[in-house]
Amino acid sequence: MISVLRRRSSQRVGISAIAVASACMLALTACGSGSGSTSASGGVLTLNETDYYGAAPQNTQIQGVLNECAAQVGGVKVVHHELPREQLMPKLLQEASSRSLSDLVLVDNPDLQQMASTGGLVSLSQAGLSTDGLFPSIVSAGTYQGQVYGIAPGVNGLALYYNKDVFAAAGLKPPTTWDELSADAQKLTAGGHQGIAFSAVGTEEGSFQFEPFFWTAGADLKDLASPQAVQALDLWKTMVDKGWASKSVVNWTQADVDQQFAAGNVAMMVNGPWQLPGLDAKTSLHFGTVPIPVPNASAKPVTPLGGEVWAVGHSNSAREQKAVAVVKCLLSPERSTEWSKDAGYIPSNEAAAAQVGATDPQLAAFVTEIATAKARTAELGTAYPKVSAALYTAIQAALAGGSSAQAALTQAQSQAGS
Amino acid sequence: MSAMLSKAAPAAGAAPARGSHGRRRRRRTAWRAAGFVAPVWLYVLCFYVYPLVSNVRMGFQDYSVSSFYTGSAPYVGLANYRAVWNSPQFGQTVLNTVLFTVGSLVFQFGAGLALAVFFRRVFPLNGVLRSLLLVPWLLPLVVSGTVWRWVMYTDSGVLNQVLLHLHVVSQPVPWLVSTNMSLAAVILVNIWVGIPFNMVILYGGLQGIPEQLYEAAAIDGANAWQRFTRITLPLLRPVTLVVLTLGLIYTVKVFDVIMIVTQGGPANSSQTLTTYAYNLSFQQLTFGKGAAVGNLLILVAVVFAGLYLRAVREPEGGTR
Repeated sequence: MISVLRRRSSQRVGISAIAVASACMLALTACGSGSGSTSASGGVLTLNETDYYGAAPQNTQIQGVLNECAAQVGGVKVVHHELPREQLMPKLLQEASSRSLSDLVLVDNPDLQQMASTGGLVSLSQAGLSTDGLFPSIVSAGTYQGQVYGIAPGVNGLALYYNKDVFAAAGLKPPTTWDELSADAQKLTAGGHQGIAFSAVGTEEGSFQFEPFFWTAGADLKDLASPQAVQALDLWKTMVDKGWASKSVVNWTQADVDQQFAAGNVAMMVNGPWQLPGLDAKTSLHFGTVPIPVPNASAKPVTPLGGEVWAVGHSNSAREQKAVAVVKCLLSPERSTEWSKDAGYIPSNEAAAAQVGATDPQLAAFVTEIATAKARTAELGTAYPKVSAALYTAIQAALAGGSSAQAALTQAQSQAGS
Repeated sequence: MSAMLSKAAPAAGAAPARGSHGRRRRRRTAWRAAGFVAPVWLYVLCFYVYPLVSNVRMGFQDYSVSSFYTGSAPYVGLANYRAVWNSPQFGQTVLNTVLFTVGSLVFQFGAGLALAVFFRRVFPLNGVLRSLLLVPWLLPLVVSGTVWRWVMYTDSGVLNQVLLHLHVVSQPVPWLVSTNMSLAAVILVNIWVGIPFNMVILYGGLQGIPEQLYEAAAIDGANAWQRFTRITLPLLRPVTLVVLTLGLIYTVKVFDVIMIVTQGGPANSSQTLTTYAYNLSFQQLTFGKGAAVGNLLILVAVVFAGLYLRAVREPEGGTR
């Protein structure tokens, strides 16, 4: 009798285990699809927008421009979601796997091709969006396998900011060549103040800041250990080793660099135009911007093209149509010029950019550079993030460790090639 | 139902049930038991077994960016493990993990034991002081990690200012900005975080040692050091074993301290296996390799968890 009972109860346990397992699966799948559910209340379609703007002026401006475009398109509401930069791609991938990709995403242009390679994005060329008149470099960054998947409303680049008061007191002019840059940085380092600041942080930001020097020297991302690359890294390493730039640059993001400059701790900094609105608001600070110095007077600066591109995630045709309409509105010349102004960007439209450059002396340095700027994915495509990781690790090894520029870059090349 | 049960219960206790009556009751009890166990099973299946199995599987797949959308990831056998093994970074990362774990454990345990012995004495404000020492344990790690980051800033950090003014060092120590110092810096923070745990458990262990033993030893002429090495340490052995194995499992998997204080940098100099796995998965987006490193970590933790279970199962096994 007892054995019968035991057998029965063990059977029962088996059955209940199966029941539990299926309930578990049900719960999981329900959760997965639940988060992406469409909420169409009262005929108004709610679209989700995701970006990584964590700081003013971008994050304070974005909801406004989204609302304006939602109103213009009609029958649609756009909800803004904000994530830290490093969590954006993992989050988007997670959304892609549960088929609940945000309707509108603003991705960093070097990540666009990788995102497009998943197949989760709507082709904007097929949706009928035009890229006429935009900077060719930003169009190339947004193109994957012949289709445009991402278009930027505004772009940015890097220039050298200098503190006018400090330069005037020392009787110096802003540097144009590397020799002048080093000499000025040395002269302006005194009393706990450093001559220059840049970001050598261990993320894409570090690579982005180094690339103007790297490319202007004539180096190529396909060969990280070339003599030109070593020359560029040596410039940075010398400035840190001699104390003209703080050792902390390996931990500073571009926002930290901006704070150091705004506080008057450094005389020069490498940074982007998005810092202009914040710095302009500080009336006690007098500063100017010049193009990134070049190795010799005849060279032209080659800076990386910065900026985020609008992309549309796959969902159903009704949502996609609305999302594309909103993107079209966001990219219209008036809106993108307005957005660029508010966010401290350069319009991605060449003609509009030229106009801005002619009227705004602070932006002139950026506008000149963007004409010759290079898309980071131009040479490497979807392989760029990996090479960039090897590059910023090499920069850190040279600046924070005992490595020579040559040794660090040789190691980086073997890491990038593997 | 419950009212009926409570009425039936004393009856069952008074006179043992017979025949089919009892069988039905037992069957009902079995169902009821299953009902109580089911939520636990559901929980364990959903939140432990399923992710674990997925992670093990992912370690054998080329799980790339496009796998998320297409849902297909080709099986590649041991390729992920080979790639991780051959990566120039792997050896350094394993060494960092060992140094981090051993360094943390030795000093956490040493300081924890010293404090526990100290607090055994009776003195005023003993309780207050002891509770204050728990603060590192009570603070959220994000808060204490961020504060430590400020404390260790090279130019403006309070730690360097103090050391400079005391003339301990002549140059600011590059805690977070040098590849030679960053690992030491995160170990330091982790020791600070771990001392309260060690102190509390060891203090509890000390309470279990009878005072008479010390009195008898004192009468026999044993000095303080002899009493410590001949009575305290041997009798504390079971507790020590538990503290060290748990500490090891906690330390191997430390993530937040490193992520907040140095992000594994500069140039990966403070990267341990946990942050390396995170880096591979969520920054380089090579999820297969990240899962492979994660699985290695799970293996390490399982081995030591097994040792821990053995240690607590036979607590008196090692005393004589």
